[in-house]
Amino acid sequence: MELSARIAPAVGPRFIARVCELSASASDEDIELRLTNPYLLRHRLLPNGVLAVPAQLSYLGVGDIIRIDQRAGDLRVIYRRTSPHNVLFTTERCNSRCVMCSQPPRAIDDSYLIDEILATIPMMAPDTQELCITGGEPTLLGPRLIEIVAAAKRHLPNTSLHMLTNGRLFKYLQFAVGIARVAHPDFMIGIPLYSDIASRHDFVVQAKGAFDETVRGLLNLARVGQRIELRFVIHRQTFSRLPQTARFITRNLPFVDQVALMGLEMTGFTKSNLEALWIDPIEYQAQLREAVDVLSQARIPVMIYNHQLCLLDKGMWPQARKSISDWKNIYMPECEPCSVRDECGGFFASATLRYSKHIAPVREPVSTTC
Amino acid sequence: MNRHLCSSDVDESDKFRQMSARQDSPLHRSFSELSAYQASEYRLLPFRFQRFDAERYVLTNLAGEYQLLPRNELDALVNHRLTPNCDLYDSLKAAHFLADTDSQVSLDLLAAQYRTRAARLPNFTSLHLFVVTLRCDHSCQYCQVSRVSQDRVAFDMTRETADRAIRLMLRSPSDELKVEFQGGEPLLNFDLIRHIVTEVERLIDGRTVQFVITSNLSQLNDHVLEFARRHNIFFSTSIDGPADLHDRNRPRPGSDSYARAAAGIAKIRQHIGPDSVAALMTATAESLTQPERIIDDYVRLGFTSIFLRFISPYGFAMRSAARIGYDTEAFIQFFKRGLSHIISLNQQGIPLRETYSSLLLQRILTPYPTGYVDLQSPAGAGISVLAYNFDGKVYASDEGRMLAEMNDERFCLGTVFDDYEHIISNSGLLQVIHDTMLEGTPGCCDCAFLPYCGSDPVFHYRTQGDVVAHQPTSSFCRRNMEIIRHLIMLLEDDAAAADVLRSWI
Repeated sequence: MELSARIAPAVGPRFIARVCELSASASDEDIELRLTNPYLLRHRLLPNGVLAVPAQLSYLGVGDIIRIDQRAGDLRVIYRRTSPHNVLFTTERCNSRCVMCSQPPRAIDDSYLIDEILATIPMMAPDTQELCITGGEPTLLGPRLIEIVAAAKRHLPNTSLHMLTNGRLFKYLQFAVGIARVAHPDFMIGIPLYSDIASRHDFVVQAKGAFDETVRGLLNLARVGQRIELRFVIHRQTFSRLPQTARFITRNLPFVDQVALMGLEMTGFTKSNLEALWIDPIEYQAQLREAVDVLSQARIPVMIYNHQLCLLDKGMWPQARKSISDWKNIYMPECEPCSVRDECGGFFASATLRYSKHIAPVREPVSTTC
Repeated sequence: MNRHLCSSDVDESDKFRQMSARQDSPLHRSFSELSAYQASEYRLLPFRFQRFDAERYVLTNLAGEYQLLPRNELDALVNHRLTPNCDLYDSLKAAHFLADTDSQVSLDLLAAQYRTRAARLPNFTSLHLFVVTLRCDHSCQYCQVSRVSQDRVAFDMTRETADRAIRLMLRSPSDELKVEFQGGEPLLNFDLIRHIVTEVERLIDGRTVQFVITSNLSQLNDHVLEFARRHNIFFSTSIDGPADLHDRNRPRPGSDSYARAAAGIAKIRQHIGPDSVAALMTATAESLTQPERIIDDYVRLGFTSIFLRFISPYGFAMRSAARIGYDTEAFIQFFKRGLSHIISLNQQGIPLRETYSSLLLQRILTPYPTGYVDLQSPAGAGISVLAYNFDGKVYASDEGRMLAEMNDERFCLGTVFDDYEHIISNSGLLQVIHDTMLEGTPGCCDCAFLPYCGSDPVFHYRTQGDVVAHQPTSSFCRRNMEIIRHLIMLLEDDAAAADVLRSWI
């Protein structure tokens, strides 16, 4: 592989670089990427400006963006031009501590990430499908979050923007106003709500007052006309009030644009709390069905994420989505003969830890477009 | 729905379940248990309640969310003896009947729902009735306007009156206007309809306007159809039931009212569109014995909704009272029978909605407002609807102008020659609306069904002599309370019927 990389202005010991075609008139800022021994673990900047990278990274292509930390000797791929699942990772900090968090928070100063994101966005391809602002908790960036949204609008006006947040800091109306003022043309904010009862939600996110803050945040976002997706992760501590939460949404938060009902990811804190959280999805199908019916009847679009089709009643197949990011998406051996494997979202890679005992290939040729 | 699990027996198993859950499935020690977030005391949020049936009470909050409770649970709730965090407790908390220290946001949510319910008010008057003529070819027994034979051109609205009425209408701040042509039989003055439609479209300044002609359809011709098609005009007609019943209620020379209406409906659907015509039925004493026949006829005629309507005590209805009158209880039975038949038709796959139930269900099950003028609080008179009579007088509602036909001008707000400010502010209208708001009316202010109900000052003025209703003797109150109670009973106790009802909103 003969590619080069254009380096963005250095930010401390780290710099980012966009992978380009090798050109004859390579400038001083270009580093040449070349395949080396696959067992090489460290990346060394070689004297003639050539960066040696291991063969595991042979998938790198033109337009991808990498971050190189010279001090830590670390190379990370932070953007892939051809992927529909690119992420703007804003911080590892969070003001909640969900019992099933897939990205356990760390209280560190990683504010360098913000400037890096602002430097990366202009390097991204204009035809990037979708970007997701995530973390930790992106709203902890305060006004700098608004800068990021504005940069996305400016440099990538055709890219859908999604953000995952607990929404608590939108209890400050001015913050919601600031986000809305950017007037991004295609921006959806995803906010989890784990119960219709404040104490039960607060328990799941391990923060007193979180429910109130999130609800106030939702009301403020509605005031400023922001598009909202409500998210609900289904596990042993949340499943029993799933239908009631759906009713609560239709009655109190009917302005949301859609609701995503999600399966558990076997990573992060879920592993620490596995016995308290794990439930075979087959056991909560009745609650799931009721919630889907309640929301559909209120004409609120419902999506089911991270559930395998063989576990779902066929009446819910239209709501099921292939939602798992490509880089962590797998199927199990028993899925081999399944006739709807291509329509099914499959599993998280982490599901090998534990998954439903009721996974079974669907045999009949059946249409999922009902 | 297994919500009420707080008898003393079930409390024990609830606690046991929570204990075992904790033992069976501990969180990592760095996480706090659910109990760390839960409170042990609660406070009541504002609600109204009353007896619902022999066993239960119905509670409603400010936004219209409801709960049914047996007496012992209501006592426990009110006396702060409910077991914290049991299923019933959670159910009441989620529906904003109680709150504890884990949350302060209930009032914000109730306020948001309440604002949603009142969201139409700033739009002010959106429905405008133009009575283009009193002439009619029918002699309907319950007719609420003077019947005048076809010759009397003196009973047509003039172009000048129409133009002035249009200008009054456009003073309303509403973004969406609805112009409804009434009569007599409006098509007998079709030239004026054409003029009004053209004028309104010319002056409309960017707002949306919908035109409706209420008509017996006997005068429908291709000319009218083509004009209606081009200007997207809807029709509203009367079908009282199968031909024999309908024609007896609605006589005309030739006794062919039903045949003409049915033919008109077919022509409108063919020429304009399948949803361009709706029908209302008016129940007379004869109707009360045969709701199923009437409903089946609506299905046969291809309608997807039917309004099981009570007859109003105006105009000819009063004079014919001995023949067509009926008491409130008989109507309620008729309504329940009809609703039951409609529900079973739905279960056979026939899509037919009952209109009055649908509007009540929207109020019971959602925070969204409904526009039905006769069931609003503050009353719809004037602020939801204005009627411009053929003679230039302006009335607070259709019923108000019908009252005038009986020589009672109580609800006349002025004329089309008055300015808008006078009609709204100086006419005494606002005082009537103020005095009849449910929150200030004896009986209504404590009624659990207040969030679902409305005020009809014209009806009560006519039947009881006072715009402020005397609820114990009001047939309006009796009807609405019983229908609301019946709908909630079906929602709670009849799962199959509840599925059908929910599909109507």
